[in-house]
Amino acid sequence: MLYREAGQFKTSYDDDQAVFPIRQDRWGMAFILAVAYVALPFFATDYFITSIMIPFLIYALAAIGLNLLTGYCGQVSLGTGGFMAVGAYAAYNLAIRVPELNLIVVFILSGGAAAMVGVVFGIPSLRIKGFYLAVATLAAQFFLDWAFSRIKWFTNYTPSGSVAAPPLDIFGFAINTPDRRYFLILVIVTVMALAAKNLVRGRVGRSWMAIRDMDIAAEIIGIRPLRAKLSAFAVSSFFAGVAGALWAFLHLGAWEPLAFDINRSFLLLFMVIIGGLGSILGCFLGAAFILMVPLALNQIPTALGMPLSTAMISHLEFMIFGALIVFFLIVEPHGLARLWALGKEKLRLWPFPH
Amino acid sequence: MGFFIEVLFGGFLAGVLYALVALGFVLIFKASGVFNFAQGAMVLFAALSLVRLLEWLPLPLALAASVLIMIAFAFVVERLVLRPLVNQEGIILFMATIGVSYFIDGFGQTIWGSDVYKLDIGLPNEPVFILESVFEGGVLVNAFDLVAAVIAGLLVAVLAIFFQKTRIGRALRAVADDHQAAQSVGIPLRDIWVIVWSTSGIVALVAGIVWGSALGVQFSISLVALKALPVLILGGFTSVPGAIVGGLIIGAGEKLAEVYIGPFFGGGIENWFAYMLALLFLLVRPQGLFGERIIERV
Amino acid sequence: MRKHWRIATLGVLGAAAMTLAGLGEAMAQNEQFLPRLTYRTGPYAPNGVPFANGYADYLNLLNERDGGINGVKLTFEECETGYDTARGVECYDRLKGKGPTGAAVVDPLSTGITFALTEKAPGDKIPLITMGYGRSESQDGSVFGWNFPLLGTYWAAADIIMNYVAQKEGGYGKLKGKKISLVYHDSPYGKEPIPLLEELSKRHGFTFTALPVTHPGVEQKATWLQIRQARPDYVLLWGWGVMNSTSIKEAAAVNYPRNKMIGVWWSGAEPDVTPAGDGSKGYLAAALHAIGDQFPVHRDIVKNVYDKGKGAAKKEEIGHVLYNRGVVNAFLATEAMRKGQARFGNKPLTGEQMRWSLENLDITATRIKEAGFEGLVYPMKLSCQDHMGSARARIQQWDGSKWSFVSDWIEADRKLLDPMVAAAAKKYADEKKITPRDCSKEM
Repeated sequence: MLYREAGQFKTSYDDDQAVFPIRQDRWGMAFILAVAYVALPFFATDYFITSIMIPFLIYALAAIGLNLLTGYCGQVSLGTGGFMAVGAYAAYNLAIRVPELNLIVVFILSGGAAAMVGVVFGIPSLRIKGFYLAVATLAAQFFLDWAFSRIKWFTNYTPSGSVAAPPLDIFGFAINTPDRRYFLILVIVTVMALAAKNLVRGRVGRSWMAIRDMDIAAEIIGIRPLRAKLSAFAVSSFFAGVAGALWAFLHLGAWEPLAFDINRSFLLLFMVIIGGLGSILGCFLGAAFILMVPLALNQIPTALGMPLSTAMISHLEFMIFGALIVFFLIVEPHGLARLWALGKEKLRLWPFPH
Repeated sequence: MGFFIEVLFGGFLAGVLYALVALGFVLIFKASGVFNFAQGAMVLFAALSLVRLLEWLPLPLALAASVLIMIAFAFVVERLVLRPLVNQEGIILFMATIGVSYFIDGFGQTIWGSDVYKLDIGLPNEPVFILESVFEGGVLVNAFDLVAAVIAGLLVAVLAIFFQKTRIGRALRAVADDHQAAQSVGIPLRDIWVIVWSTSGIVALVAGIVWGSALGVQFSISLVALKALPVLILGGFTSVPGAIVGGLIIGAGEKLAEVYIGPFFGGGIENWFAYMLALLFLLVRPQGLFGERIIERV
Repeated sequence: MRKHWRIATLGVLGAAAMTLAGLGEAMAQNEQFLPRLTYRTGPYAPNGVPFANGYADYLNLLNERDGGINGVKLTFEECETGYDTARGVECYDRLKGKGPTGAAVVDPLSTGITFALTEKAPGDKIPLITMGYGRSESQDGSVFGWNFPLLGTYWAAADIIMNYVAQKEGGYGKLKGKKISLVYHDSPYGKEPIPLLEELSKRHGFTFTALPVTHPGVEQKATWLQIRQARPDYVLLWGWGVMNSTSIKEAAAVNYPRNKMIGVWWSGAEPDVTPAGDGSKGYLAAALHAIGDQFPVHRDIVKNVYDKGKGAAKKEEIGHVLYNRGVVNAFLATEAMRKGQARFGNKPLTGEQMRWSLENLDITATRIKEAGFEGLVYPMKLSCQDHMGSARARIQQWDGSKWSFVSDWIEADRKLLDPMVAAAAKKYADEKKITPRDCSKEM
């Protein structure tokens, strides 16, 4: 009833091409942004900001990166953690060695560094695909992990190989409280998510999707696979790199290569698949799911006063998490975003579906 | 020179262990096209079951019970995971096996505990020196590794006979060639899946015994799955001999690299070297050593 | 069917919301809350479990026997980190605000988590106790105001072990031309001792090589083949979890003498040696404290905790190396609380009060005896500048069934350590733009 587009007419091409063509969607989006920008910093606890919202947003950003590559361009990657590490260490080195650089510039440059590395490791995609490519991207993951723990220059010769972010500020405004860190991340994620959304609607995104759907056909209609694939790797790694820099600087504060290990890559792949391949919204849903479910599972027994041992809770968490993944795949293999879309379709017709 | 041979041998024998895990992957991939990420978790689960059952039961009974557990596991996976997901894309099935792998990691540790368990079924573990007349100090070989190699060889032989000579084996090969054609000549696909998952469960048990005796049975075993991936790439996803040869090449390659190239880079390179080796190989021969040429050129 | 899963989803969401609400629940006022970052699962569980059990048992002992500390009950909540830094940070953030005064002290129990929390603790004003681990330069209290690497850092450990090696060889002068290898866990934890060992090798003229082992450490064949070829005089082992037992097994496989292998105190517990069976006979390791369950505190734990069915461990695990380490760690933390209560009154302490207590902690021999720890730990004293207290260890040897000491207490050479610590701390302070506290002005 509420969700009905009757009476909303598109009177220009611009209207037709809007990101959110339906008025209710625009309102919904405005509402979510209002909550994220205004309500949360005021009302949420520090725990909610630092341990849920910040990792959620950063994961979502990295997941968007991976989704551009996997969901839109069809290249499965298990090296996202490695590309995040490139971003993190690039940001560290820029911030330490060129302290006068603005933090925003640092983040952009570190994304750029990750993009370059991404292109290099994307080259095999010109020859192989599918699971072979997935395993090949693991090479990137392991190599980058190793490089950051072994090449001392990257860690500024710290004896332990663990590095810490320098004090952060933007235009003299210190980023030192949870709210400020959250705000900075939120702005970056909003801008980049919007950029991604527009990118996939444009020529570049369409060329990726053409490659994904059938590479030979794409080639015949004039899309150059080399360019499309490598650009997908570059853009995807750029997102991952910025996410890595944010994760290191604004979430952890101090980190080591293990913070970007293979588990991180797997987690991101789960997010993208659970959320929905080829959907920007899905990245957020997937990130929320993968992040919140273990936290909730971890806290439910305590909150209900059930006397379970930590080990038991953790094992149960593994089991339920695994079972939920299977369950969701069975119920809706195309992810949460598809569920959401189906729900919207139903709502449009409700209460008179026929 | 003696040292070189020693490293080479050590590498081959490590490769045999990788090959055992890779074998489980290949079996399932061949018959159902599922990239079974849970293979590592299955190795852990099988080994944990065996080692805990050994506390109450004599070895033959415990072994039999573990085999039964793995078969039961195959049934459950087929019924609850594969059947509802039939005809889905590969990536979805792959994800599902990741879910399965989480589940059994948790489940195994819940019922069997998460300590280190010592698995001692009488495999020898003394260093043996051979060729002492040829090289100074001889060449060190580990008796344990030799036994592991023999076990792996036997396992491959048994699997080869099973695939080539038995009725079920022929059905399995038919399914691997073409699902629909196999189904249309009356091969029950579901039964085949249960059989192939059981087989790879038993392979996991063997791998678990070997790894478990070497490392103690504990959570880290499930991480060896990652070691098997470059082996798969090198050998091809669908080839049993490929898994073995790939394992040997990867094992020897990474040990030699670690010993001879590693020191120039500060060591620790074997982890990515295996992948790089596989990757370089892919650029030359995208289908792997023995893989079928199903990957079209892009 | 379709409806069911929606209800299930709603259930999950609802439960999540409830938990969030539950966080705000008021707690009883006269309780001191301790967050417990533990890992009872994952690749390092075999080592994490006994430590967590020992810690919990000692806290329960104080509650059951004495009703807490001076009437302040100790409450604690475990949070599973799985040795993962991001999880650890989440645990810390989740638990830091609990209890009437929030978390007064945190033991991160992982070098990686310590590094991350080092950045957060000053903002939250919560001291970190990193007993026998953590970053070595954090011994300097003027820069690292909230880190307390009690009983010894990795630099101290490396120095102590090399001191033992020198004793065996007949003095530091005899080390010239010897070959020492370090087999280390390729993480900040394993890399910590390298600068100190390099420094020592320069001073005493021995050749030092470091061989990394990748997490989690089950692949060591190449490493040990290199050792077999290089034949170092001693191998120092800086491993954790499964890496330790694998190292010992591989050493046995290449016939490297186990009595020339010396592990750090995190590589010298029962789960490290038992999987290798007879192969670990003769293996040496540093020990931060005594082993065994013959101390009065263990009798009290059995009587007050286990006989009431509240024990965390299996009874036969009481007295194991890592169990005792948990007990000792809990002892030091609670002793600091006593110190703080003497000054701030018998009520729960805040993090800031706890820091004062730790900096003024002075555990005397009489107090150790009174608490039932005689022989288990030794007296120690901290200050604003020195956050480590004394750093001593003994070397223990595994004889196939139990550990026994083969050396007396060896004290780390502070004349060597302190300048290195000061230099490293200064570098950190410059990088982070921290002005060091002037400790002479603090009481």
